[in-house]
Amino acid sequence: MIMQNEVWIITLCGIGLVTLVFVWVIGQSGKAPAPEQLQQTSNAIRRWWFLLLVVAGIGIAYATLRPYPIANQRSNAAAAQIVDAVGRQWSWQISPTRVKAGIPVEFDVTSADVNHGFAIYAPDDRIVTQTQAMPGYTNRLLYTFTEPGKYRVMCLEYCGLAHHNMVAEFEVVAAEKGDQP
Amino acid sequence: MSATELYPANEVLPRNERIVFNLYVISVLVVLVLMMLFGLTMRMAQGTWINVPPDLFYQLMTAHGAGMVGTVGLASSAVMWFFLRKYVRLSLAIFATNYVLFVLGALAILASVFIGKYAGAWTFLYPLPVHAMNVWSPHAAALFMLGYLLIGVGFLLFYLDAMLAMIRVYGNLGRALGLQWLFGGNIDPAHPKTVVASAMVAITNSIGTLAGAVVLVMCLVNIYFPAFTLNALLVKNLTYLFGHMFINASIYMGVIAVYELLPRYSGRPYAISRPFLWSWAASLVMVLIVYPHHLMMDYAMPQWMVIMGQIISYCAGLPVFTVTVYGALTNIYRSGMRWPTPAKLLILSMFGWAAGIVPAIIDGTITVNKVMHNTQWVPGHFHFYLLLGVLPMVLALMFHVIGSRAQEPDRATDKLGFPLYLVGGLVFVFAFLAAGHDSVPRRFAVHLPQWLLTDQVGSIGAILVIAGMLLLATRIVTGLLKAPVHADPAHAAG
Ligand code: HEM
Ligand SMILES: [Cu+2]
Repeated sequence: MIMQNEVWIITLCGIGLVTLVFVWVIGQSGKAPAPEQLQQTSNAIRRWWFLLLVVAGIGIAYATLRPYPIANQRSNAAAAQIVDAVGRQWSWQISPTRVKAGIPVEFDVTSADVNHGFAIYAPDDRIVTQTQAMPGYTNRLLYTFTEPGKYRVMCLEYCGLAHHNMVAEFEVVAAEKGDQP
Repeated sequence: MSATELYPANEVLPRNERIVFNLYVISVLVVLVLMMLFGLTMRMAQGTWINVPPDLFYQLMTAHGAGMVGTVGLASSAVMWFFLRKYVRLSLAIFATNYVLFVLGALAILASVFIGKYAGAWTFLYPLPVHAMNVWSPHAAALFMLGYLLIGVGFLLFYLDAMLAMIRVYGNLGRALGLQWLFGGNIDPAHPKTVVASAMVAITNSIGTLAGAVVLVMCLVNIYFPAFTLNALLVKNLTYLFGHMFINASIYMGVIAVYELLPRYSGRPYAISRPFLWSWAASLVMVLIVYPHHLMMDYAMPQWMVIMGQIISYCAGLPVFTVTVYGALTNIYRSGMRWPTPAKLLILSMFGWAAGIVPAIIDGTITVNKVMHNTQWVPGHFHFYLLLGVLPMVLALMFHVIGSRAQEPDRATDKLGFPLYLVGGLVFVFAFLAAGHDSVPRRFAVHLPQWLLTDQVGSIGAILVIAGMLLLATRIVTGLLKAPVHADPAHAAG
């Protein structure tokens, strides 16, 4: 499933749950004072609620950090395809501008002046991945495209007057027979 | 002090205090409305309903960001002052100095943005301020930074005074935080939550503000001695330590209003407890080390810091969900609560905080951040807990205070103002979140045609919020200017 959709659904459920609890408690709030042991009951619920959150948090952290989602920055093993990307006010210099699907691409991203953001938009206009372009640093972004098509790079770190015009394009072509992933 | 006493005598504002407090409140309201109008202008420009040239758009964005963050900080410092002064002796002169420095700083910022055309965003991320492609001059950037420094000095003075005052009463800040009760012992039931929260904020935000001052001075030196170059990653770390801290401090100061006022409206005492002390002690540490979640896409960051950013982001939700908001809900559950405007605002603030950090925490996950970072998802979540969280805390105190003066039931204006604000706010923030889901970048003056729908829905939400805000603000200002009911000197002296 597309990451954005997953995130959207989880968020709506989370906010929905918070809303339900609020609506319910507010609905109860006008009622006559609750029995004496309210505090104990509430503390007991709190313990379970706390435990639930901790367990969920550990589970999610484990699941989302293994494997570590950011490419090893010091690896010497060069990827099969390397793309150099340099951001400057207000354009991208990207070469080559054609890569193959199905084979990992390494983007070496940096900036010649201020901070920029290097975000790759798929043909359906969704971000598939990104990194920052920071002067003095080269960030190594690894991605394997699955869908061929025209991809766009947009600047996702505010860099001044024409920030929103910093758009570039590159092409992902279908892998030829014989290409090894 | 019984939980049900709405207006305890030790909260009465003597004449001078009243003047300074009114200055704070009225200035805050005026600036908030102005900044909201800037925000609406940006949103309508993105939606192509009005035509705003990009240079002006980014100037408005810079003014709105800096103006809102600063003003909310100022407003919540007034909340902290209002309640903390009951327990320790705070200097009115310093509280007033903070105001004066703020106004001077704000003027410098406005001049830098609207005369100097500075548009380097409220985060002034190096080296953009000094690399503007001649859109603004380095002097405009320097003026902006000078404005920040003035405001920072005001806040530091305020926190220093608060810390000294707490030390005078409690011996040291650890005891003010209640650390002596973390592992056992009988918690003094009279130990004020306000003191715990204030101590935490004074410590952490002094550190945050100092980090800010260090970057500002480094950047200022760089402006006039360009040979002194800076490391962009180091500066970004310090900048976000400062930025994250400062905005969070406003939530932690604002929530004091909930601790103090909610039990009065619910009629049920809101006891201090060990989980409460733990949650503030833990938040003290977490708020200072969580900021790397802003630098997840900087692959040059040490891996452990980024992982820490994710884990601490998750942990930071625990005190909110299991202590503060949970405690507030327990406090009102079957309490026989009535719902005058301050009570509504207090509970709205709890809702905005709890609901707003859901998308924020999710975005603190590295894999999610890879597709959500710097999209409108981000203004989506922070407007959620600022517009529907912190602002209602501050407004609740203001409404509470005028309630003591006017001695009259809610007017039709509040009855209309509150729902407008709530519904408009929800429409406004969900439009941002939906746009984030569609990968719409944040901080874009010009949007693609397929993004306009969320821009326009968001604009409608913003118009409703502002209409609601105008009604609420008018009511507060007219209420404040009325003579207080307890104005007689005999009371004030007591
Ligand atoms: C009616 C109310 C408001 C409206 C219409 C509004 C509108 C906006 C808009 C359109 C943006 C730019 C979004 C983008 O990046 O594309 C923005 C950014 C921002 N807003 Fe608001 N806003 C409102 C209230 C607030 C409040 C109450 C706060 C703080 C307490 C706030 C703080 C900020 C901050 C810090 C930014 C980031 C600026 C930047 O990216 O440099 N806003 N707002
Ligand atoms: Cu840019």
